[in-house]
Amino acid sequence: MNIHEYQTKELLRSYDIPVPEGRMADTDAAAGMIAEEIGGERWVVKAQIHAGGRGKGGGVQLADSVDDVKHHADKLIGTNLITPQTGPEGRHVQRVLVEAAQDIKKEFYLGLIIDRSKQRITIIASESGGMDIEEVAANYPHKVIREAVDPAIGLPAFQCRKIASRIGLTGPLMSQAVKLMQRLYRCFRDKKALMAEINPLAIVGADKLLAVDAKMSFDGNAVHQYPDITAYRDFDEEDPKEVEASGHGLNYIALDGSVGCIVNGAGLAMATMDAITYHKGRPANFLDVGGGASPEKIANAFRIVLKDPNVKVILLNIFAGINRCDWVATGVVQAMQDQHIEEPVVVRLSGTNYEEGQKILKDSGLPFITANDLDDAARKAVEALA
Amino acid sequence: MSIFINKDSRVIYQGFTGQHSTFHAEEAIKTGTNIVGGVTPGKGGSKHLDRPVFDTVADAVEATGANVSGVFVPPQFSADAILEAIEAGIKTIVVIADGIPVQDMVRVKRYLIGHDAMIFGPNTAGVITPGECKVGIMPANIYAPGRVGVVSRSGTLNYEAVAQMTALGHGQSTSVGIGGDPINGANFVDVLQASNEDPDTDAVVLIGEIGGQQEVEAAEWAQENMDKPVIGFIAGVSAPPGRRMGHAGAIISGKADTAVAKMEAMEAVGVHVVRNPADIGTTVDQALKG
Repeated sequence: MNIHEYQTKELLRSYDIPVPEGRMADTDAAAGMIAEEIGGERWVVKAQIHAGGRGKGGGVQLADSVDDVKHHADKLIGTNLITPQTGPEGRHVQRVLVEAAQDIKKEFYLGLIIDRSKQRITIIASESGGMDIEEVAANYPHKVIREAVDPAIGLPAFQCRKIASRIGLTGPLMSQAVKLMQRLYRCFRDKKALMAEINPLAIVGADKLLAVDAKMSFDGNAVHQYPDITAYRDFDEEDPKEVEASGHGLNYIALDGSVGCIVNGAGLAMATMDAITYHKGRPANFLDVGGGASPEKIANAFRIVLKDPNVKVILLNIFAGINRCDWVATGVVQAMQDQHIEEPVVVRLSGTNYEEGQKILKDSGLPFITANDLDDAARKAVEALA
Repeated sequence: MSIFINKDSRVIYQGFTGQHSTFHAEEAIKTGTNIVGGVTPGKGGSKHLDRPVFDTVADAVEATGANVSGVFVPPQFSADAILEAIEAGIKTIVVIADGIPVQDMVRVKRYLIGHDAMIFGPNTAGVITPGECKVGIMPANIYAPGRVGVVSRSGTLNYEAVAQMTALGHGQSTSVGIGGDPINGANFVDVLQASNEDPDTDAVVLIGEIGGQQEVEAAEWAQENMDKPVIGFIAGVSAPPGRRMGHAGAIISGKADTAVAKMEAMEAVGVHVVRNPADIGTTVDQALKG
């Protein structure tokens, strides 16, 4: 689960990590008031969306007066911001973050991730801040420092000093860097986060470290333990079909092809998409109905898949282990009757209660295209497109 | 012969008296699995499915000599249950739950250092040696005793592969699910190594998916160390980058972990790579004849 920059900074502030003075605004008037409260002569107005590259897309604006702050807030709020990471459709901006502009002397990168191969929380740091860390890693691998953290020990000060010294945070900055890293690690561990990124971490004014931009993402399997983090969820940043699907216990991801897929199990769902692709078709979605799929769940799956106007044929592929083919078949028949589905439906059933499932489909008298196996199903689905 | 579990395994279920656990324990008992008891905290001293229930894994191990555990507790309690099993000296721990926080598994993997236990999962359909022992949620009737090892991340894709193989007369020595999570216990290399040492396994089917580099590392290991054929498939050719495809671990985060890049890397080190997931069975057939 991703959260906004202003939320991340709120959280970091609660861990005593220095962040710029500022607050979120959802109207231009509020933005102006915040600028007045902060005081000073220069401010920055930052569009709040769950995508990076905002600077390149015009989503970060400098302002020299309160009127200027209001003007930028007014222009940003309500627009669709297109950045290198949003795709061509962009993201709808509902809020901005108004902050005091900073006098930046030098920029660094500091991140925490969970390294899959090391199976540890790992700190990533670089003297090259303000840039995409993957680009830095690709072009200047020696400029990216990685340190895995032993979960039994936590993050000891010496390890932070090692990192700080390698990226050139020495002198009076070193002790600030150590505290900041330890606090960030504590926050990351306390909330079972998956990713935290301060980019840039900057030296501002006379020798002060500040988290100028920050983002975090959290483990969907753990957030329910932390109501403060759960409250940060922004449904407007999620695909409404995916939100609706998850409400029905379905895992749905929209793609851009024309073969609607309804499958049990994530691996088989991907393999079904692959088989369709192999036969020169294109899947319209990933959809995993999971285990224990009731007739209602199957009917809901049809409803969600058919909301996509690009869907021209549906392929249902169930290999029932915990699931039952008879329940699935009942759901398919219900969906066909209640939803007046006109698109061709290819059905492949296998596993638990297979015979009962086939009988239900046959007795319904509905025009299913039945398939014997995965290959047959994918081929028939692609043929039905023509 | 087989790997990890067999007819002599002494199996307990943690979360034994729960609904799912009960159903799958009954199924396992039907197929000959030697379930010697189970653990449900607070219900120690009672009986379930004619077997003793214990409050702790340590009690169960002491009373029954259990050496395998199926962890059937909900995801928020799974890490604790795994730690308990490791501490009690269980050697083979199969973790079914889908949805264990990643950082919980970081801690579990740290605790595993210095302990002689192997974890399968989390988020696995389990491990089965057909005809001898089943610890998991897979439908036993699609498996058949035989001489091909199977190792996969996904459960249902494992069923798909196994059904294709069984239909062509290729039974399985042991089929292992290592799970769909980003941080898991046994990896592909652990399973290949055991399969390589098993005199009754002639070939191994390795079914992976997008995300991470475990499959490629396993293929490289196999080229160095194995003389048995490896048949490989990576699910997710059609998956877009940056989207999590159901499994927490199935997400393309860089060029190297796309399905195509992984399949090419595996092919380059001698794996029989299957491009169409419907051809897993026939590729096994050809590899064994070739």
